[in-house]
Amino acid sequence: MKFPALLAAALFLPIAVSAAPDPDDWDQVLKEAHGQTVYWHAWGGSTSTNDFIQWLAERVEDRHGVVLEHVKLTDTADAVTRVLSERQAGADEDGAVDLIWINGANFAAMKEQDLLFGPWAESLPHRAKVVEDGVIDTDFGTPVEGFESPWAKAQLVFMHDSADAAPFAAMEDLPGWAAANPGRFTYPQPPDFLGTTFLKQALVSLVDDPERLQTPVDEKDFATVTEPLWSWLDALHPYMWRGGAAFPASGPAQFQLLTDDEIDIAPSLSPGEASTAIANFQLPDTIRTFVPEDGTIGNVSFVAIPYNSGSKAAAMVVANELLDPEVQLRAQDPAILGYGTVLDMDKLDPGDSGAFAALDQGIATLPPAELGEALAEPHASWTKAIEAEWIERYGAR
Amino acid sequence: MTRILPAFTLVALFGPVAAGLVGTLLPAAGYLPAAGFHEPSAVAVARLAAWPGLIPASALSLGTGVLATSASLVIVVLIVAGWSGTRAFRWIERALSPLLSVPHAAAAFGIAFLIAPSGWIMRLAATPLGVTRPPDLLILGDPWGLAMTAGLVAKEVPFLLLMTLAALQQARPGEAAAIARSLGYGRVTGWLKTVFPLVYRQIRLPVYVVLAYSMSVVDVAMILGPSTPPTLSVQIVEWMGDPDLEMRLVAAAGALLQLLLVLGALVLWRAGEKLVARYGRRWAAGGARHPGDGPVRALGLGLTVLSAGAVLAGLAALAIWSVAGFWSFPDLLPESLTGRTWARHSGDLAEAAVDTMAIALIAALIALILTIGCLESEARRGTRLTPTGLWLLYLPLLLPQTAFLPGLQTLLLSAGADTGHAPVIAAHLVFVLPYVFFSLGDPWRAWDPRHGLAAAALGASPARVMLAVRLPMLLRPILTAAAVGVAVSVGQYLPTLLIGGGRVATLTTEAVALASGGDRRAIGAFALAQTGAALLPFALAIALPAMLWRNRAGLHV
Repeated sequence: MKFPALLAAALFLPIAVSAAPDPDDWDQVLKEAHGQTVYWHAWGGSTSTNDFIQWLAERVEDRHGVVLEHVKLTDTADAVTRVLSERQAGADEDGAVDLIWINGANFAAMKEQDLLFGPWAESLPHRAKVVEDGVIDTDFGTPVEGFESPWAKAQLVFMHDSADAAPFAAMEDLPGWAAANPGRFTYPQPPDFLGTTFLKQALVSLVDDPERLQTPVDEKDFATVTEPLWSWLDALHPYMWRGGAAFPASGPAQFQLLTDDEIDIAPSLSPGEASTAIANFQLPDTIRTFVPEDGTIGNVSFVAIPYNSGSKAAAMVVANELLDPEVQLRAQDPAILGYGTVLDMDKLDPGDSGAFAALDQGIATLPPAELGEALAEPHASWTKAIEAEWIERYGAR
Repeated sequence: MTRILPAFTLVALFGPVAAGLVGTLLPAAGYLPAAGFHEPSAVAVARLAAWPGLIPASALSLGTGVLATSASLVIVVLIVAGWSGTRAFRWIERALSPLLSVPHAAAAFGIAFLIAPSGWIMRLAATPLGVTRPPDLLILGDPWGLAMTAGLVAKEVPFLLLMTLAALQQARPGEAAAIARSLGYGRVTGWLKTVFPLVYRQIRLPVYVVLAYSMSVVDVAMILGPSTPPTLSVQIVEWMGDPDLEMRLVAAAGALLQLLLVLGALVLWRAGEKLVARYGRRWAAGGARHPGDGPVRALGLGLTVLSAGAVLAGLAALAIWSVAGFWSFPDLLPESLTGRTWARHSGDLAEAAVDTMAIALIAALIALILTIGCLESEARRGTRLTPTGLWLLYLPLLLPQTAFLPGLQTLLLSAGADTGHAPVIAAHLVFVLPYVFFSLGDPWRAWDPRHGLAAAALGASPARVMLAVRLPMLLRPILTAAAVGVAVSVGQYLPTLLIGGGRVATLTTEAVALASGGDRRAIGAFALAQTGAALLPFALAIALPAMLWRNRAGLHV
């Protein structure tokens, strides 16, 4: 009986503890990264994103000898849970997660509980080219402080089928539009990211004092502050697709509904997404996007490295590669991904900025002027509270 | 060896189940040190009770499970009673056998593509009716779970039919049916009155398996079931994925409730059996010769063809979507065909296929070794599988997966054990092993022991008899059992998802993950690849023995 006990002991012996790499010594980081494997936990529900990550994996392998594995999540929270449970189990070395596509509440939760490695993001070589902007430094009300590195900008827009329907003017007009076009509007079921963003968009537009949403949620006035949202939803739901009794599971699931002409208007998480989907046969070419007159909320996608990643150097190399102008250009190309770049055109070489200027934004993408400036996301603490209340009211009847 | 392997088999079957149940019970009782709960309390139960969807989700689980099981059983009984021994029946048997190994998720996707308001059936009707927009009907994900029930029935009919056919061989219904017919009973009536009671006794456990499975299935419920609220099992999986570790307590309490629901439903079903038996005896003794035999036969055939046709047409729809260019409503076929979807996903598909097959082959191989060890030990000691032994084999299939897999994951994490391929294979083995055992058991026991005696008389040791005589002669059933094992493993969603911790991506988990994105082309490609992975081993199991033993024509076992 001794043998199995010894074997078990040998199996569970921690692998030699290595010191965390110093982000400021980039040559050393590159050296250490060579041969490491990065498990990037990223939402896997969109085929164009999956293809992009696959392409990136080939690029970092060729250029830096880093093996990038995409772990496809249905919900980013899964990766947060993973790291949290690993810490509680004492698995502080070489955890399952090396890099997470993250922002908002998940970032706030991880930073607050010291689950993140850092600060490192401001030491990346490509960081100097990133635009200086409030949304880069503050993620849903939480200071970023170098614990996550940006890679894409998004702003909520609405897709509409120009062959069937005209846009609505403002958020408060949507229930009226739906009543006139019953069954032709829907949004993904919260807590889907886009579904929740749609709720926050409505909230920001409907409340009397949007400033209140920039501070943490409080049980005392949650009901009063969010009341306009619920009465607005109560008016909207009966006229929605399937009478509001069923919802698409995610943003891309709405593409099929638009293609089949089941609906005419649906929210979208990024201005270029619709153009990309048209190029991939996932949407008809009559789809256009619009922004209601009171503007829409925007946010930035980041990548973060858990404290117990065994491949921190390689994870930083991937994060830096994501900021490479060539990679950013590819991400912005609506034929590929259609994500907004986080780079500042004025800080780029003329050749690079020229390539961005020459990019065909796609038939359904609004020019920056029409997109307007993004409204701030509510403080991260509102997200959970709104989701819970939505589920209570509409998600479990 | 013959002593150790049966012991290993028990450990492989019940180790993960017992560990998982402990991992469920403790958090359900409020004890989860990893999340900061060190004292037992009622917090888990209280939070479960506070979930507004509790009653509808539980009712949904119970309703869809009982309905799917009853409907599948009725269809199987009608087709066997009305048509066994006919040419149509042989045709159905041949068509349904491969459907057994079509993974549940792939079948569910195919059916979704058929019955959605924008699906093939509606497209067929749309052009003649002049409809250009799909109707706003709640067919997929209807709150009563009818779409989900239909999907389950289509997959459970082949399973129950093959189980019934195996039972029929033992029940020897020929004489009873012949006597009944000579007394003037109609085909269906005579079969129901004389053969059914014998057969049902044999298929009772498989019926219970169908009931437990249908009540707690996750992948089919995610694809075809409602979402406001979802079924209890789907909700448990969602709670397991919540970043708030406290939700694991609620998930554990939910898992316990799911277990009680299934046990309750089994008791209820047993009571129903007694009731049917009492009225059935009176009906059998009543002497009516053929009440409605003709229409009942037609109904049985119609329902069977419908359920098999749904799966086959669904697979065809998957195949077309996987090569479709732009394809809008109400066109019956896409505007153009393209290999783009397959090319785009070839890398992902290949990676997932390698993982899928590696896990399935290892699990099937271990199951095969353990099964042969048990059967050989049985043969050498001259014992037969006792009813208790049979129940033990069925037990892991009768417990809902959602009752012990979340607990197993929590336990693995608390123990600091790494997730990955080995734990996933161990979890798959729990479900693969019983089916491999059922598949190999009868042919193994039917082998004529005089072959072994002759070899022993020539001086061969027991080990040599097994390796040189018995295994080669039983190659075909052994390969078939392995193929069954591979098909079961390929279809597993929850064990891969929960125990793999995201690092193990099989064709099944990839396909179900795509469900939320609604990209029908990608879903078509992955679901088709998943079906191929399950079916290919069966083709090999048929082809290989024929090739290897082409110079031994007499070797038909």
